[in-house]
Amino acid sequence: MAVAARRRPLVETNRVIGPGQSFGKIDDTVLTPVLLGVQQTPRWWWIGFGISLMFLGLYLVSIVVLLTNGVGIFGNNIPVAWAMPIINFVWWIGIGHAGTLISAALLLFRQPWRTTINRFAEAMTIFAVVCAGLYPILHLGRPWVFYWLLPYPNTFGLFPQFRSPLDWDLFAISTYASVSVLFWFIGLIPDLASLRDRAPTAFQRLLYGVLCLGWTGSAKEWQRYQRAYLLLAALSFPLVLSVHSIIAMDFAVAQLPGWNNTIMPPYFVAGAVFAGFAMVLILAVPLRRAFGLEHLITMRHLDNSAKLMLATGMIVVYGYLIEIFIAWYSGVEFERYMIWNRLFGDHAIFFWALILCNFVAIQPLWFRRVRQSPLALFVISLIVSVGMWLERFVIIVVSLTKDFLPSSWGDYISTFWDWALYIGSLGLFSTLFFLFIRLLPSIATAETKETVHHYGHEKLDPMEDVREQYYAEVKA
Amino acid sequence: MSTLSVGEAHRTGAAANGLYGLVAQFGTVEDVMRAAEKVKAAGYTRTDAYTPFPIEGLDEALGMKPTRLGWVVLAAGIGGGLAGFFMQWWANTQYYPLIIGGKPLNSWPNWIVIMYELTILSAAFTAGLTMIFRNGMPRAYHPIFNARGIEAASRDKFFICVQSSDPRFDLRRTTAFLESLGPERVVEVEA
Repeated sequence: MAVAARRRPLVETNRVIGPGQSFGKIDDTVLTPVLLGVQQTPRWWWIGFGISLMFLGLYLVSIVVLLTNGVGIFGNNIPVAWAMPIINFVWWIGIGHAGTLISAALLLFRQPWRTTINRFAEAMTIFAVVCAGLYPILHLGRPWVFYWLLPYPNTFGLFPQFRSPLDWDLFAISTYASVSVLFWFIGLIPDLASLRDRAPTAFQRLLYGVLCLGWTGSAKEWQRYQRAYLLLAALSFPLVLSVHSIIAMDFAVAQLPGWNNTIMPPYFVAGAVFAGFAMVLILAVPLRRAFGLEHLITMRHLDNSAKLMLATGMIVVYGYLIEIFIAWYSGVEFERYMIWNRLFGDHAIFFWALILCNFVAIQPLWFRRVRQSPLALFVISLIVSVGMWLERFVIIVVSLTKDFLPSSWGDYISTFWDWALYIGSLGLFSTLFFLFIRLLPSIATAETKETVHHYGHEKLDPMEDVREQYYAEVKA
Repeated sequence: MSTLSVGEAHRTGAAANGLYGLVAQFGTVEDVMRAAEKVKAAGYTRTDAYTPFPIEGLDEALGMKPTRLGWVVLAAGIGGGLAGFFMQWWANTQYYPLIIGGKPLNSWPNWIVIMYELTILSAAFTAGLTMIFRNGMPRAYHPIFNARGIEAASRDKFFICVQSSDPRFDLRRTTAFLESLGPERVVEVEA
């Protein structure tokens, strides 16, 4: 009796696709809002887009001020030469990782629940990588010669230092950005063709017709398409693991206590996925509500994302513990001091806030009731996003302020422009995202139709029948 | 390649009788699969199907050969990795040898990361772009779009097309054959 009372019915939640979906209905749900005329654009979109544009304005102003005044407008100085620009860079690129993981890794593992969330998660990846990629460039001092980082024949007769993780970073991020865009675009082609075929105006027909490159959906096209898509997934999965590993090596290869740690690559990857799933939930919860997508992005998607967030979050917490253990176990006084400083020093509040955000706040996710409450997930995800920012702050700033010799210690104070550029980059991200949900289908309709074909009529969880029967008996 | 390229379709189809082929429309995956097998059994070779999502086995049912894309991508990946190695090896040992940190000039373990990234970059773009170009995209025109109701091929209907260039194609007999497969309708497609 008690069990039945506590548990909510599982009918909707265990489905990858809500009941009563058909191929045509999916088209109507997903494509209709994209094809609306300018006049019919919903009010919430204009409000959201307008606010995003304001923040984008702040971003552009910050960039102009940066280019005219130089990096001196930031709080970066010796010893904390890597501060907010790098924190924000790592934060943004981490957010991007969940998108690739959903679209590539879950495809390879044949997880059908990826299909309805992969499109907007991939868009999230690309926009996050855009925000991330601009940071190291803007941080260069002379951003207009960023191409010096690339290996190309030049009058100096010089090549970049291929032995440096900073140069590996350039290769990893440019590969990641371009392959993500390609993967996303290829996934979009059949949906763009659907938009072309549904388009009410000649302009839209032309626009989407050109974008879909003349896709006909023939069996031969699909055959090559599917092979290419599978190969891209198989290539993106190791790519995404390498990107954050290489970013971790930017730190791990340095000798600084708090950075020089072999655990950094896997721990950064887990942190990236953790932050990424938080952002997926932050976007999914309002999106499914705004477009009425509850039957396509079901409770199961939220539940699974929350489980992955919890799992990767706990890996990250394990990383914090191992850092403390290794500092003690190494016997190196500088390492031990670094941990003491992190836990109890001047910036200790950031560390404990981080524990609160990344460890304590995710514990409710052990409970199904929390994992199936969109509001709770939204709030927890926001907290996790803050927590992951704090994590990078603790690793970068707190480690740099006090390294070896006390004579070279220093402090770090962020400036107005540090924050303006950061908040502005959020505006860049949300502007791009609002344009995306307005102009492109935020759910992959062709893939969702395939999922409906395979799973629409059956129950995915083989235990579902057994459980339902059990509850029915208990109730009776 | 069983589909005709755009120009080819234009020439052969239009020259014959201004007809690209015949298209039969089906309402379900099961129907289109059954029909595809019968079309193949009847000996038609210049055929294709148009569907809103990939249907497993439909290409085989129509007698299409598997794609060799994987081999092309493998070669491109290996090529990208080797190019990555030789770029770094050449820059560090031939073009501008400079000893840094006491490391040997050809300190190859350091080259691995960039080789890895270039392997993926080269393989991924080869996969995507080869798929697009081999599929004849980007294309401005395809006769199949002349078929009445074909826009449902991106929504919820499934189509089988027998091209007029098929050696066994005969307007009257092929129409009757397609009608016998139980389609929702059969339409003629202008070239």
